[in-house]
Amino acid sequence: MAKTIDAVMAGTLFRMEVKVGDTFDFGDVVAILESMKMEIAIEADGAGTVEKILVAEGETVDSGTPLLAYK
Amino acid sequence: MGTGKVFEMAETSKSEELARRREVALAGGQGKSRERHLAAGKLLVRQRLELLFDDGYEFEDGLLAASESGLPADGIITCIGKVNGREIAVIANDATVKAGTWGRQALAKFNRMQDRAQDLGLPLLFLVDSAGARIDEQKTLFLGRNGWGNIWHKQVQASGVIPQVCVLFGPSPAGAAYVPALCDITIMVDKQASAYLGSPRMAKMTIFEDVTDEQMGGARLHCAVSGVGDVLVPDDAAGIAAARHYLSFLPSNWTEKPEVVAPVAPRADAKPIGTIVPPQQNVAFDVHELIDALVDEGSFFEVKTLFAKEMTTGLARLGGQAVGIVANNSRHKGGVLFNDSSDKAARFIWMCNAFNIPLLFLQDISGYMIGSSVEKAGIIRHGAKLLSAVCEASVPRICVLVRKAYGGGYLAMSGAPTHPDAMLALPTAMPALVGPEAAVNAIHYNQIMELPEAERAAFVAAKRDEYAADIDVFKAAADPFAAEDVVAPEALRDDLIRRFRIYGRRPATTIQRRSAVHPV
Repeated sequence: MAKTIDAVMAGTLFRMEVKVGDTFDFGDVVAILESMKMEIAIEADGAGTVEKILVAEGETVDSGTPLLAYK
Repeated sequence: MGTGKVFEMAETSKSEELARRREVALAGGQGKSRERHLAAGKLLVRQRLELLFDDGYEFEDGLLAASESGLPADGIITCIGKVNGREIAVIANDATVKAGTWGRQALAKFNRMQDRAQDLGLPLLFLVDSAGARIDEQKTLFLGRNGWGNIWHKQVQASGVIPQVCVLFGPSPAGAAYVPALCDITIMVDKQASAYLGSPRMAKMTIFEDVTDEQMGGARLHCAVSGVGDVLVPDDAAGIAAARHYLSFLPSNWTEKPEVVAPVAPRADAKPIGTIVPPQQNVAFDVHELIDALVDEGSFFEVKTLFAKEMTTGLARLGGQAVGIVANNSRHKGGVLFNDSSDKAARFIWMCNAFNIPLLFLQDISGYMIGSSVEKAGIIRHGAKLLSAVCEASVPRICVLVRKAYGGGYLAMSGAPTHPDAMLALPTAMPALVGPEAAVNAIHYNQIMELPEAERAAFVAAKRDEYAADIDVFKAAADPFAAEDVVAPEALRDDLIRRFRIYGRRPATTIQRRSAVHPV
């Protein structure tokens, strides 16, 4: 199963900071959610290369929704 | 004459026997168990005690327990010694003796030192490294009134009377897991400490789950995910140092006040407060920067650093005075209150309130999290717990409105109606029931809907600006007298120091009742 980076809380995807093929490290900000009037930085909890973006900007997500898959 | 000689010989052999028994007891476990312990990079129990105390211990009780059967001190050391110049009581497992398990005499020593600490009004430190109860003694030590459960009964009786601190160096399985859970704070050694009710082996047999010790109940899991652990440290020595630092803030017991030490300026490289807080409400910042700029350099002792990071809690000194800090951290999850962050703050507030540690709230909160998933998880129950802890706190309490102060979050973070000693606002404060977006939507929803689609955005923007102007900090300070003062960022530290010194004159009250019915 592909590894994913997930939303930490419910909200909408404000901006994806990476695209397919980008590499990232542990702790890098890969996406910004908008929730509770705040911009919420989503930090990578692993390191790897983006395989697939799973949520479009403006789409609503729940806590735990996978935002991107990586390897 | 003859009789005298026999007596003398008996004396000598008794003295020799004493010396022999003491030597065995002080040496601790030998052979394989000792080798394994040292190979794992762990300190022996007496090395831990040496690091802990300022200058050795004052006395030890029960050294010769189980000496008949040759078990050094029956695997547990109970003693009293000085830490930071003040006496504390210690119960320490010796994992090299029967894996630190609790036999009959070990339990008697354990319980006796619990009683002594409470009688003497001394903090009690548990240095835990134990496989728990000796199952072969369960016939006499499980069911009856003198059984193992006395440990927890006594911990609960002592809660809020004397500080109870746990450093977990190794395992603490099954019932023993409640020793750390019932302490005020638990420090865990990474990759060594573990706590679980059922071992991985038991889980595999009964529920067919296949996990490692670390996945089931390792130190990192407990400090970051479950919240059972409060402070994660890399090794035994760091665990002892953390316990010493924590105890430096605490009085000996609930009737005393924390020690005041010489004031120290904040760290020289801390940013000026006026540059730390972004004025835009949706931009996150790390509240640790604000804490660094406020408190005496090097004094901050963070509790639950890795758990529910949207809330920062810790002990620190302001001009030498101990304070407990409860701060929203917008750097994580926007600083919004969740179930775990409410629990984290509530327990920290209870601890500070129990031991006369004044509370400082740094408020920047857009509210409790909303949505069906948190409702299902009981956000109302957890939120009520925090509100309850705040309203119950009777130690000196100051709330600083740093930026956002919205809705239920405003109240839970020690807002004016919860009766703090003072509300102080920074010029960046935005106190209101809800923020401009939500307010305009709620107040003008029908009007917005009646407008042609093309005109809606401009209407909403205008109304938001109007509303935003209305939640201005000066209006909040002046109108309902919601704040004692609006303070310039650079004047905040000195103002807090003066106020805490003066508010400390007031007695902390206790309501006459058996117990509140706490929401959990």
